[in-house]
Amino acid sequence: MIAENPSDSQTSHLTPQTSVLHIPTMAELRAKGEHPDILFWVGCMGSYDERAQKITKDICKILNHVGMKYAVLGIEESCTGDPAKRSGNEFLFQMQAMINIQVLDGYQVKKIVTACPHCFNTLKNEYPTLGGHYEVIHHSQLIQQLINEGKIRTEGGESFKGKKITFHDPCYLGRGNNIYEAPRRALEVLDAELVEMKRCKTTGLCCGAGGGQMFKEPEHGKKDINIERIEEAMETKSEVIAAACPFCMTMLSDGVKNFNQENGIKVLDIAEITASANGL
Amino acid sequence: MIAQLIFFLLFIAAITLFIKNVRKIIRNINLGLPVDRSDRKAERWKIMFKVAFGQTKMFARPIPAILHFTVYAGFIIINIEVLEIIIDGLFGTHRILAPILGLFYNFIIASFEWLALGVILACIVFLIRRNAINLRRFSGLEMTKWPKSDANLILIIEILLMSAFLKMNAADFQLQQMASAHYVAAGAFPVSSMFASMMPQNEGSLILIERICWWFHIIGIFAFLNYLPYSKHLHIVLAFPNTWFSKLEPKGELNNMPTVTNEVKAMLDPSYLVPPTNAPARFGAKDVNDLSWKSLMEAYTCTECGRCTSECPANITGKLLSPRKIMMDTRDRLTELGNNIDIHGKDHIDGKSLLDNYISREEIWACTSCNACTMACPVNIDPLAIILELRRYIVMEESKAPASLNTMFGNVENNGAPWKYSPADRLNWGKEG
Repeated sequence: MIAENPSDSQTSHLTPQTSVLHIPTMAELRAKGEHPDILFWVGCMGSYDERAQKITKDICKILNHVGMKYAVLGIEESCTGDPAKRSGNEFLFQMQAMINIQVLDGYQVKKIVTACPHCFNTLKNEYPTLGGHYEVIHHSQLIQQLINEGKIRTEGGESFKGKKITFHDPCYLGRGNNIYEAPRRALEVLDAELVEMKRCKTTGLCCGAGGGQMFKEPEHGKKDINIERIEEAMETKSEVIAAACPFCMTMLSDGVKNFNQENGIKVLDIAEITASANGL
Repeated sequence: MIAQLIFFLLFIAAITLFIKNVRKIIRNINLGLPVDRSDRKAERWKIMFKVAFGQTKMFARPIPAILHFTVYAGFIIINIEVLEIIIDGLFGTHRILAPILGLFYNFIIASFEWLALGVILACIVFLIRRNAINLRRFSGLEMTKWPKSDANLILIIEILLMSAFLKMNAADFQLQQMASAHYVAAGAFPVSSMFASMMPQNEGSLILIERICWWFHIIGIFAFLNYLPYSKHLHIVLAFPNTWFSKLEPKGELNNMPTVTNEVKAMLDPSYLVPPTNAPARFGAKDVNDLSWKSLMEAYTCTECGRCTSECPANITGKLLSPRKIMMDTRDRLTELGNNIDIHGKDHIDGKSLLDNYISREEIWACTSCNACTMACPVNIDPLAIILELRRYIVMEESKAPASLNTMFGNVENNGAPWKYSPADRLNWGKEG
């Protein structure tokens, strides 16, 4: 099984992994009597959104690369209920939560990594009082940890050296859960020129997708929130806008397109940047 | 003797009236629903010490923070002088603390003087910021006539009180120089002595000025005390309990409703017995008494500085939502509800509610729940909690969410994703390399 790549990253990072990814599911591992070290909670965006699927695959590549034994729930995963809760539908949220907790507990899941700050926040903070107790980390924290442990470096791939990169703080990672440094760590190791937008960290401006906004038209106003944010990002003259949330990814990419800048400015998730810098 | 009697009556009247209004505010706050905020006490004291006493969150904007800190320090420290004034007023003494404190008295009077001067200067800058420089933060839909005059009134009263204090000292200083009978040499007057030359030189006029300023100063303070319950300036009191009762969970965490948990458990498992509770009559909030008492305390604590609104992405991009307005509307409606109780008794229904009569649906649906407002608030007010409760009411009691959100709900319920994709396709991304 490719998922159980030997963990010797010293050598494996030199060989580009062109092989087709096999994504292990919890059901599959259980059939074999195995248990993964960590569950990768993909999330709805990561599962269905074409752009976010790329991020999902890159996270799998990183997990493979470092030889971490992981699995996904696959068709047994369901929405955490975040958009429903924030839109005021507490019934639907709790229904989703209870169903997911049953599935997670059924597999005796202890540790979860997720690529979505909304899933992260909900699983970590809102599931415990409903009976779901897990150690939940966001993929930026996983990447930070792998960097600190020396398991991933920035070798063998695309060089970001000297490139101007700005990081957009996702609300549910930053203000929501006080995680500002982990995603920046993934960028610091690139030897790139990390520039901050005027509104960053605790005062970072929302992309406009949270609180259910992703699923409705914005209220009447002067402009859309993602446009305001992209204008600010463009002021930094960065070549790359780094994101750490699939919703931000959509909003920021749309913003860049709105200014016809998609050839000059790339919006990339920190997982994509990490994978690319390591030639994964 | 008559002066002492008048002072005594004024003092009692001021305190009585203030207590009466404070009790009314406490009663109004208690119209809110229960929420336990008494856990993790050590952490709470720490937050109160940092955020309220230390004003750490104010320093995100250094200029107003320094000015505000001057006024705040002046307010706290000059209160020691008020204590002396009250004792002198009641017993007909003059500068009673001087012999007790000795040389230290000179030091504190001198520092009061510098602070008083600082307060006057800071208030003048504040007035200019509010009225001459068009700072966006001080305008906006909710900044109608009364909030604007309330702000100006507070600043003007503070300037007048401090001016009277300094003028009183200036006259006192002159009288001490003349060795006037009642005016024992006490205190040091580094600021007011500078104005001494502007004072008349005869003893009778000086005594008159000193007395007028003394009375003006203390009556002004009594009046100001009783203005607080009607004003945004109430924050000088409530900032302390409000930060103590702060939400300690991560900002991203929104509370799970226990009443819903029971119903969901019963739905998933028919054998589950719903424990009897005094559950609230409705899900979410239509009116202020459906909100938690903490939200109501926050409404009284808000001093309308507008830091929340100036950081709100919806407001910045021209939407109707303004977190400051959410807090001001909540206070206005709560005051109205309180007045109804006073006039018509507690079962009176006036046919109005916070939702629709004060806060429109367009406002609350514009929120991205990004927590910029809660992060910006210098006293840890949480407008998002109110917005969420109003949304809960609209969705769970009225089923009147915007159509696109209803579609999303339907998809989550049927497909386990907010879009109309088949759950069977969830792992399609992993099928081919």
